[in-house]
Amino acid sequence: MPIRINLKKKLRYFDIDINCDCPESKMLVMIGPSGGGKTTIIRMLAGLEKPDSGSIIFNEDTWFDSEKGISISPQNRKLGYVFQDYTLFPHLSLFENASFAAKNKKEVEELFELFRISHLRNRKPRQVSGGERQRCAICQALARHPKILLLDEPFSALDAITRRGLREELRNMKGEFDFPVIYVTHDINEALYLADEIIPVVQGSIDGSWMTKMTERNSGAQMLKAAREQKIALAY
Amino acid sequence: MDYTSLLVTLKLATVTTVILMVLSAPLAYMLAHSDFPGKSIIETLIYLPTALPPTVIGFYLVIVMGPKGFIGKWWGTVSDNSLLFTFTGIAIASVIYSIPFAIQPMKAAFQKIDKRLIENAYVLGLSRYSAFFRVVIPNSISGIVAASVLVFLHTTGAFGVLVMVGGSIPGETKVASIAIYEAVEMMDYHGAAMLSLCFVPVSFLFLFFVNKLNKGY
Repeated sequence: MPIRINLKKKLRYFDIDINCDCPESKMLVMIGPSGGGKTTIIRMLAGLEKPDSGSIIFNEDTWFDSEKGISISPQNRKLGYVFQDYTLFPHLSLFENASFAAKNKKEVEELFELFRISHLRNRKPRQVSGGERQRCAICQALARHPKILLLDEPFSALDAITRRGLREELRNMKGEFDFPVIYVTHDINEALYLADEIIPVVQGSIDGSWMTKMTERNSGAQMLKAAREQKIALAY
Repeated sequence: MDYTSLLVTLKLATVTTVILMVLSAPLAYMLAHSDFPGKSIIETLIYLPTALPPTVIGFYLVIVMGPKGFIGKWWGTVSDNSLLFTFTGIAIASVIYSIPFAIQPMKAAFQKIDKRLIENAYVLGLSRYSAFFRVVIPNSISGIVAASVLVFLHTTGAFGVLVMVGGSIPGETKVASIAIYEAVEMMDYHGAAMLSLCFVPVSFLFLFFVNKLNKGY
């Protein structure tokens, strides 16, 4: 298992208590209702928030261990993080944004080709659409050669058509990733479409019954059938 | 016309602006993005010069910068000179007097920056120091320019604090605002008018530039 998570954190209305693994080169989708602690979990993984206790172990490296007093900074975790909405640097062009932490500019050019935004390389983030900005944000994260890619509802601010297109692109591309991906969403269709494994998170804990309820409500029989056909592991 | 006083004013405003931009940027950033014990007291102390009469500030500065004051004593040990009635003395006074005008616009500009931009910089491997220079500063440029213009203009108009700390030594501490006052005292209305006239286009141009810059962002 490349990443083993065991985290506890007291929040205002509930506690986060999560224990799971993310297998190598797989897309793990963390799904659950809004405000259920998914973003806090992914932020703790990135080192942007400190858990109260627990551990995060990536391969042989300990990123966090409350008992041993280890807490590696976000800078040293070498991960890719795509935020919910636009966090591209407004003063830089799209290409400068994507090259921000890249070692090889040629690779950035290739990523731009792959994500079909080469023609926008000199535009500032405010001069392009939301979908193009998020494409660039993914390029920015990938150009760093991350050990793991964290995507926090990256398409939630986009319109339905753009979202569907990007979702499709991401699914086509995920086979080429040689690192694990953790994708956070509250959209059950998105989860079933993208996931190799699914973890339902409700009020900070893994709750398998929520997934069953949701699939039942959303003509779940068909969805579960689709999920089985796609061999998605329901990791709970 | 008393050109020397204009040059002293220009020199003082430039020195004050440069010192305050360097000192205030990290302080304003800390006030905008961190919480720590005593923050409210520090902020109140920083903004105090806007609420006190300049002569009161000048009086306290004369006390602390005088030969028996703690700054004056320390200065005496490192330079064998007095701070009062010197250009260095009025520069220190001017920095203290204008600090709120540097901190306030910069703090407002830093607060406007989405915290996730800074977090994104950290995730991309930038240290706090690099993130400050590569992300925070370029995205707060309008606030920083506004702060420097305000400090520059505020310093060119200072009178009470400077006259108390520096007196009126030509070529050293006699700034244009003091020269205008003295010209009026001596009934030299022509000299006062000429000096006063120099301020109007400079102030107009600076403020016009700040307005343009703010609209551009």
